[in-house]
Formats: sequence, structure tokens, C-alpha cells
Amino acid sequence: MRLFCLLAAFALALGPTVAAAGEIRVGSLVISQPWLRMPPSGASTASGYLTITNLGTVADRLVAVGSDIAPVAQIHGMAVENGVAKMWQLSEGLEIPAGTTVTLEPRSLHIMFMHLNRPIELGAPVAVGLKFENAGKVEIEMPVVPMGAPAPTSGSANPDGASP
Amino acid sequence: MKVFRAVRIAAYAGIAILAIALWPGTKEESKPVAVRPAIGGPISLTAHTGLPFSSETLKGQPYVVFFGFTQCPEVCPTTLYELSRDLKALDPQSKDMRVLFVTVDPERDTPDSLANYLSSFDARIIGLTGTLDQIAATAEKFSVFFEKVPTSDGYTMNHTALSFLMDRDGKFFGTLDYEEGDKVKLEKLTRLLREG
Repeated sequence: MRLFCLLAAFALALGPTVAAAGEIRVGSLVISQPWLRMPPSGASTASGYLTITNLGTVADRLVAVGSDIAPVAQIHGMAVENGVAKMWQLSEGLEIPAGTTVTLEPRSLHIMFMHLNRPIELGAPVAVGLKFENAGKVEIEMPVVPMGAPAPTSGSANPDGASP
Repeated sequence: MKVFRAVRIAAYAGIAILAIALWPGTKEESKPVAVRPAIGGPISLTAHTGLPFSSETLKGQPYVVFFGFTQCPEVCPTTLYELSRDLKALDPQSKDMRVLFVTVDPERDTPDSLANYLSSFDARIIGLTGTLDQIAATAEKFSVFFEKVPTSDGYTMNHTALSFLMDRDGKFFGTLDYEEGDKVKLEKLTRLLREG
């Protein structure tokens, strides 16, 4: 009985991790809520988003991204300042400080897939490889979300209900 | 000690200059004037059909002008998506309203690539390209800023993300800000159709 209780407690503790579908662990990182926005017809770029949580005590860094949909994938920052949309490449990669969550989402950070070499289709998730300085490599799948549809999370991206 | 005194004198001098600058007497020049800013002007470029286009042909109908580029990952597709949705929402009043999508990347955005790109959006959106000089002159009329930003694999563009609302005489009526909510944008477009 005692053993059963112990097992039940253990299962309960594991519960949240197991229940959150789509979460991927690599080293001390948890990658969740990946998605890619369906680009317009003939567009040569697409942007992908995801959330990275560092459960460890040491900072890590996303240093490279790759996918078979495009020969080039870069980590980009984006902001609208005084009405001007600005974009820049994070050529040193993206730091994931220890004990924090970094979210790539519209109006801030994205993975920019450039020179798309095949059309992206709704319902056909895109395989994306991520390389971290410490945690190493991991492959994830980004579901394709229709243009104008909100991110597949109830995150804080659009408090006013605007499409991202 | 001498140094301290010098600093103190400099500080007093600074305060005196500031006081003169802020003196009420000088403020009178900056009274608000109720005049619409002279933003915009006629646009003559090449449409995504490959044919010449002039905004003069739009006289009598309000229109919207947005500057962007097809390799833009977020702001441009989102703006064009939202404008497409709003044009439909405002049917049939918006039947003859046009949206001009002026590329700030004419080197890569040919009429053909614009046509392909715009097939994803409402047919009332007209893609416009031209020579870099023509684009720069058009952007200047709207006080639109754009610049190339190098990346390890070429370049991307920084650009003004406002949509300009022009009335039926082709005069500036207002703007849509990328950061505004959907409701505000739709209200502004409704007002443009009604009063612009």
C-alpha cells in the first residue's frame, strides 16, 4: 500500500510534464509550443516560434537552427520603434539564462527561414533542428498555423485580441 | 578648489541657458495649428500586373498605402492579412477601395514576385514596384523610412510600419499603426470610407 502511495505520488509529480503534449526535454532545457506561421504564396521567408525554459543552473545558448524547408535559418529579433519595424540577426545566438523562460513570439523574436525551397502546407508540420551550446542538438516539429490565426497557445502575445 | 568653482559656474550657466530656453515668451511660436500634415502625394509606379499605375486613377475613392517587402516575415504579411480581412468586413462600401502595397525592396520585388505574393490576399491590394530612385521618391512623400540591414546571408529591411489612409481627393486622412488593436483599425477604416 505504501509502495502504491509512493508510486502514485511519483506519477502525480511527473504528471504535468507528461501531460503537456509537444514538450521536448534536452539537457536541462524544455522546449514547448513550437509553431510556424503559414507564409503568403510565393513568399521566400517564413517565421517560426517556440518557447525554451532553462531548468538548469547554468545559462545555455541557442546557437544554430536548421531545417530542410530552407537552406538558411537565422535567429532574428524584431521590434516596432516609432512606427518603424526593425529586424536584426542575433549572430551570437540567443541566451537562455538559468531558471528562465525565453519565448520566441510575434513582435519580438523569431526563427527566420530564408530562401524557402518548397511550399509550406497547412497540416504538414516542419521538422526543425536546434543546436544549443550546452544541451546539444534536438529535433522538433513545428505545426503550421494559418496566416492571421493566433499562436497555438493562450500566451500573452495579444491581450487585445489582435491577430499576431 | 578652482576646478570646483569652474564646475559650479558651468552649472549656473547651464541653468541660465535652460531658463531662457524654457521662458514662456519663446513658447508662443509652438502653438498647435489645425492643419493636416502634408503627407503623401501622387504615386506613379509599376503595378504587379507589370502595367504602369498612377494614384490619380483612384480619385473619388479613399485608399490605403503601405510600404513593405515580400521577404518580410511578420509585419507585412500580418498587415496585408488584416487589411484583406477588413476590406471584406466593410463590403460592399469598400468595393472600390484600394490598398497600395509599395515595396521598399525593388531589387528583389519584381511585378511577378509581387503578383505571386499578393495572390494570398484580397484582390483589392495593388503591389507597386519601380526603380530604387522612384521608390525612394515615393517613400519621401510619405516620410517613410527604409534601410537595408545586412545579415550573414544577404539582407533584410527596416521600414515604417504605418498604413497611410488617404481620402477621396488623395489627401492624408490618418494612419493605422501596426501595434493598434483590430477594433481600432476597423473603426478608422470605417471612418475613412464614411468621411474620407
